[in-house]
Amino acid sequence: MTGAGTWSLGESDYNRISEHLTELLRESDARSAMVVDRTGQLLANAGEALSFDATVFASLTAADFSANDQLAKMIGEPEFASLFHQGKKESMYLADVGRRLILVVLFDQRTTVGLVRLRVKQTVEDLSKLVVEMFNRPPTDKDAAKGGLLEGADDEIDKLFGD
Amino acid sequence: MSMINYASREINCKLVYYGPGLGGKTTNLEHVYGKVSPDKRGKMVSLATESERTLFFDFLPVDLGTIRGFKTRFHLYTVPGQVYYNASRKLILKGVDGVVFVADSQMDRMEANVESMQNLYDNMAEYGYDVTKIPFLIQYNKRDLPNAASIPELQQQLNPGWEVTEARKQRNAPDPNNEGEWLVTQIDGTWVERAPFVESIAVNGDGVFETLRHVAKLVLKTLS
Repeated sequence: MTGAGTWSLGESDYNRISEHLTELLRESDARSAMVVDRTGQLLANAGEALSFDATVFASLTAADFSANDQLAKMIGEPEFASLFHQGKKESMYLADVGRRLILVVLFDQRTTVGLVRLRVKQTVEDLSKLVVEMFNRPPTDKDAAKGGLLEGADDEIDKLFGD
Repeated sequence: MSMINYASREINCKLVYYGPGLGGKTTNLEHVYGKVSPDKRGKMVSLATESERTLFFDFLPVDLGTIRGFKTRFHLYTVPGQVYYNASRKLILKGVDGVVFVADSQMDRMEANVESMQNLYDNMAEYGYDVTKIPFLIQYNKRDLPNAASIPELQQQLNPGWEVTEARKQRNAPDPNNEGEWLVTQIDGTWVERAPFVESIAVNGDGVFETLRHVAKLVLKTLS
């Protein structure tokens, strides 16, 4: 491979991720949850409306995880599979999902880190199975017929940039 | 790694501004932030030291328009230019779709430019990425300064080119944006390709959007 490549998130996978997040929130009493990819792009979120810029938040969580991965290696650990940041009122719990995605859970005093950690474990297992499926799925005939989303769109791209 | 999100109907791409310390990478993002209307961009985040040197990265998400019903959303990142911060610089390159190398045109920064360019090639190679195969553009910044090196000199030092082995690419390609320059040509019987370049004075905004548009277009064309 010469570059980072492309991947796409279909609506059915998005819906399944959202369902897992909703279930996690119901069982853990956490406020909100999101799934971010390792490059910092937000895939899905559920729960209370976020009062901050979710795109920026997603990029920072990926950077947080990457920096901690390197710290883990330096002390002889293959990785830190989860991170916990404790605040006075608000806290967050981050967990690796199949080395591809990061699950981020925001919670307050209505629940405990113990309960969040316990419920996250199940969600990580469910999402990991989904990740394996998503990234190993062979392209369907429909995909092959459709080609890339922007196939043949050179003129439109030129127009977008005023050329 | 670009992601096409069919649920939110967005194409997300990651661009990284690379280059030596104090070359103008953060200035590029600040200019974009200041000029793009707030509904087309997100918040700009800078993880910097107290003296405003980039410690980890700057980040700015920008929407560049809609294509086939999908919003094209570019995530712009800078890296810390100082040699000391290589570990964090490398992390930012993960999943990159396009790179802008912001070179400092000043004569006395030539060595720092060359060192940073070498560092870019090395860090990209560690991820298995090849700079010569991805959308890559060089921005020669600070063109207004009296001690700026000439373009041929900068090109020779930072953009000497690489051999073109694919037969279909072995044909003369003049650089449409820089008269008298070429992107692909034959030198001493060998076909050579160079990265496109843009001249800039980022502190005034000159060349900043030209750079962004150029590299964003290259990235989208890799999807077409």
